[in-house]
Amino acid sequence: MAGAEEEPARTLMFAKVLVANRGEIALRIIRACRTLAIKTVAVYSEADAGALHVAAADEAVPIGPAPARESYLHIERIIAAARATGAEAIHPGYGFLSENWRFARACEEAGLCFVGPPWQVIQAMGEKTAARRRMTEAGIPVLPGSDGAVRDLAEARAAAEAIGYPLMLKAAAGGGGIGLAPVATPDRLEAAFAQARRRVEAAFGDAALYLERALEAPRHVEVQVLADRHGAVLHLHERDCSIQRRHQKLIEESPAPGLLAGLRARLHEAGLRAARAAGYVSAGTVEFLLEGDRFYFLEMNTRLQVEHPVTEEVTGLDLVQAQLRIAAGEPLPWRQEEIPLRGAALECRIYAEDPDRNFLPSPGTITVLELPAGEGIRHECGVAAGSPVPVHYDPLLAKAIAWGPTRTEAIGRMARALEGYRLEGVKTTLPLHRRVMASRAFRAGKVHTRFLERGH
Amino acid sequence: MAEEVRAHITGVVFQVVAKVGDRVEGGDPIIILESMKMEIPVEAPRGGIVQAVKVGEGETVQEGDVVALLE
Repeated sequence: MAGAEEEPARTLMFAKVLVANRGEIALRIIRACRTLAIKTVAVYSEADAGALHVAAADEAVPIGPAPARESYLHIERIIAAARATGAEAIHPGYGFLSENWRFARACEEAGLCFVGPPWQVIQAMGEKTAARRRMTEAGIPVLPGSDGAVRDLAEARAAAEAIGYPLMLKAAAGGGGIGLAPVATPDRLEAAFAQARRRVEAAFGDAALYLERALEAPRHVEVQVLADRHGAVLHLHERDCSIQRRHQKLIEESPAPGLLAGLRARLHEAGLRAARAAGYVSAGTVEFLLEGDRFYFLEMNTRLQVEHPVTEEVTGLDLVQAQLRIAAGEPLPWRQEEIPLRGAALECRIYAEDPDRNFLPSPGTITVLELPAGEGIRHECGVAAGSPVPVHYDPLLAKAIAWGPTRTEAIGRMARALEGYRLEGVKTTLPLHRRVMASRAFRAGKVHTRFLERGH
Repeated sequence: MAEEVRAHITGVVFQVVAKVGDRVEGGDPIIILESMKMEIPVEAPRGGIVQAVKVGEGETVQEGDVVALLE
């Protein structure tokens, strides 16, 4: 009888969400909103007036000139667009403002819900040396490194002596592979230090660097977590993202091939422990470097990952919808043992880059685009024939995702799809993906982060 | 005879590294372009003196554009 039993706590889903991003991820978020009957607001720069995400949203607001710092990184203009359209929440996607704690705080101060973790968590995990310390305290292994940022070359030398070579210079203020500089021997430290400082200053507005011991050829393995506002934390298995160029991912897959059950369980447990130690809420990713049967905390990405679709394919769950539900205050409806793992999935990132010219960017205009259909094939694509590919933004154009009952079948499906994939007008990473899918080493699961530079 | 230094990609001038009158070696960066979130140096094809820099920071250059002259 109605009213006789206690009703579960009900929360109201948002009526309208602003999507503070562009390209494929903006379209992905708009699609999830539509499924949940949420109206969407797109924002766009002058370079993107004709972009697909603008047409796909219910409303669209121009937010400034093409350079990102005057549009997609402009906090005040994005908040103003949300207010003007009556949006209740902002989904930042990945990149741009997604890991900017000042933006998340500005949303809160404006009475808007930021679809992501609390700004304090973003800030804490964004300070990479403090995050390392926090993880160490939580019992999660980290690589030997400097105790905090180093102020100058003399401090860097002293820290390097203690840590040992080869090592890696890293930005204290940000991750994503930007400003990462490997240093093989002591005589290379001075030049690498000067160059990394300049890069990091330009990227993050903060030149602070720290040092970490480098591994020879580790794998990059990461754990997807979901946490709600009521204290529940789940993992959605792991992804292997070892196929990289410039320390940035090109191919990702789930599950990670060839991991023994015990090691996988330890990774998942470490991911959960890291998320709890961070006080995490929303979808997040705990990244590890793996060598042999040992792994080390790399960083926590406090946002949706580019590669989230592979996790969606093997779990059948929608991570963007989950983020929106969590942001609206809903408890996670699953227990850990109810998170499925079916088959295997991989993703190829299709970048406007020339793999035969050291991945030089290739801006221009797309003249031909034909996405291949096929069993288990999914596309996330932010462009169409006629779309300009501006110099101002990240070169990611589209993602091809393949699912199969086994890894071998998923690779076969991906290989066939890539054969039929046509994208012309700009150079892309498609030829490289075709080569990797045909590679015996890749098919055998012998992946590591130097796979591409060493040939395959 | 001055040699033209051309951009090998399209991008926005992020930094002008060499000044007029500078002596550069082959492979030294003349300017640094930013394109699609990457910094790409345009390097001197040989050693020489920088005779002119044709672009300023923030300007967009197309692939093949002359960015500097080497003496």
